[in-house]
Amino acid sequence: MESLTNWLDNLLADNSIFTLQTLSYYGDGLVTTVQLVFLSLIIGLVLAIPLALARGSKRAWIRLPIFFYCYVFRGTPLLVQLYLIYYGVVFVEGIQDTWLWVILEKPFVPALIAFTLNTCAYTTEIFRGAIKSTPRGEIEAARAYGMSWALMLRRIVLPSAFRRALPAYGNEVIFMLHASAIASVVTIMDLTGAARFVYARFYAPFDAFLFVAAIYLCLTFGIIYLFRYLEKRLLAHLKPASG
Amino acid sequence: MIDLHGYGPRLLEGALVTIELAVLSLILAVLLGLATASAKMSRNWVLHRLGTVYTTVIRGVPDLVLMMLLFFGGQIGINMFTDWLYYQFDIDIFINVNEFVAGVCTIGLIFGAYMGETFRGAFLAVESGQIEAGRAYGMSHALVFRRIRFPQMMRHALPGLSNNWMVLLKTTALVSVIGLSDMVRVAAEASKATREPFTFMIIVAAIYLLIASVSEWGFARLQKRYDVGFEEVN
Repeated sequence: MESLTNWLDNLLADNSIFTLQTLSYYGDGLVTTVQLVFLSLIIGLVLAIPLALARGSKRAWIRLPIFFYCYVFRGTPLLVQLYLIYYGVVFVEGIQDTWLWVILEKPFVPALIAFTLNTCAYTTEIFRGAIKSTPRGEIEAARAYGMSWALMLRRIVLPSAFRRALPAYGNEVIFMLHASAIASVVTIMDLTGAARFVYARFYAPFDAFLFVAAIYLCLTFGIIYLFRYLEKRLLAHLKPASG
Repeated sequence: MIDLHGYGPRLLEGALVTIELAVLSLILAVLLGLATASAKMSRNWVLHRLGTVYTTVIRGVPDLVLMMLLFFGGQIGINMFTDWLYYQFDIDIFINVNEFVAGVCTIGLIFGAYMGETFRGAFLAVESGQIEAGRAYGMSHALVFRRIRFPQMMRHALPGLSNNWMVLLKTTALVSVIGLSDMVRVAAEASKATREPFTFMIIVAAIYLLIASVSEWGFARLQKRYDVGFEEVN
């Protein structure tokens, strides 16, 4: 371990910006970004599935509020949503006296809430489209077998909808990774936050931002390859037959 | 009535900045997108490569990072260039990057990459027989582009174009971070000063929704125009 640090020290001795110290900022930033993106995607996904089902309900009082939620969160900038929650949470009456304040005081949780609500709205629409385009024959077949609604959902509708939603959901994951850069605006030290710090400290915009751009590019390619692999595995039966 | 604490006129000015910024960026993005699509479809491999690198890199990096790179780095880059001009050729000029111009250039550059992909797909969807027919009539390449390729391409490009416009509109909010007084910045300042974030942020959100709804209607009308001669498939 020590030889590795020595080796790194020698490697970095020639430049004044990318010292071990600044690299550790980027490292911590990477961890924060990944946490923020991963958590909001997971929570958003879990919430989106029931919402997508309810969005197609025949009852207007269930369908319309969800439509309205998706419309508002997809039609306004994430930055505005973040400001609303980040600045707004302070003004909720009496919140500063409760235990909630301990976690809401730091910007991480308000940012997580904003990101989750945002990605959930997009994911709901993606799944809505995928569920709607379930082939009629599959549903009729399930009914003919006497499956209950829940069983049909679990065995027929959802698995095939997930597969059809996969390409669009991959784009949403990349979109979320890029959108997470906004977290730096509310003083979170994510990847972009680290780059802004390094820029401010050394007044070296090219070094600071090009380095972080390269990291984002690598992450984006990682996500693209992951989804391409998943599509190849899970959508194999939809591929046109090769002659 | 909602009390805006005198921020009403500034909020309106901010909304105008947002709209101007979005429209000018859109024009730049469309021009860049057309150039990129042509470069990516060209037989010249240098142009092809350049187009591919541009669209891949821009679409792989967050908007905010690109914006900061170009905004903070841009001035330093231009200063380096004018210094070089001064030492080499004794030309003394000073270019100060205006925040608005920087914003338009950055957003235009980012969305040029997305537009490039949209236009490329749309150009490929125009039948080659149509282009050959145009050439057979003795039309020049420019005339074929204006009369045949462009109008038919637009029919395929409009859904993507309208999508890109919606994303672009929301991206303009980011310029508030680099110091431009668009409506998000005005609202953020007003929220801090009056301690009423809900009022101002909800108004801003409503204005964004309004712009989005109006443009959705506009795009639907345009689509109808470019769809002339095509039966709707049911």
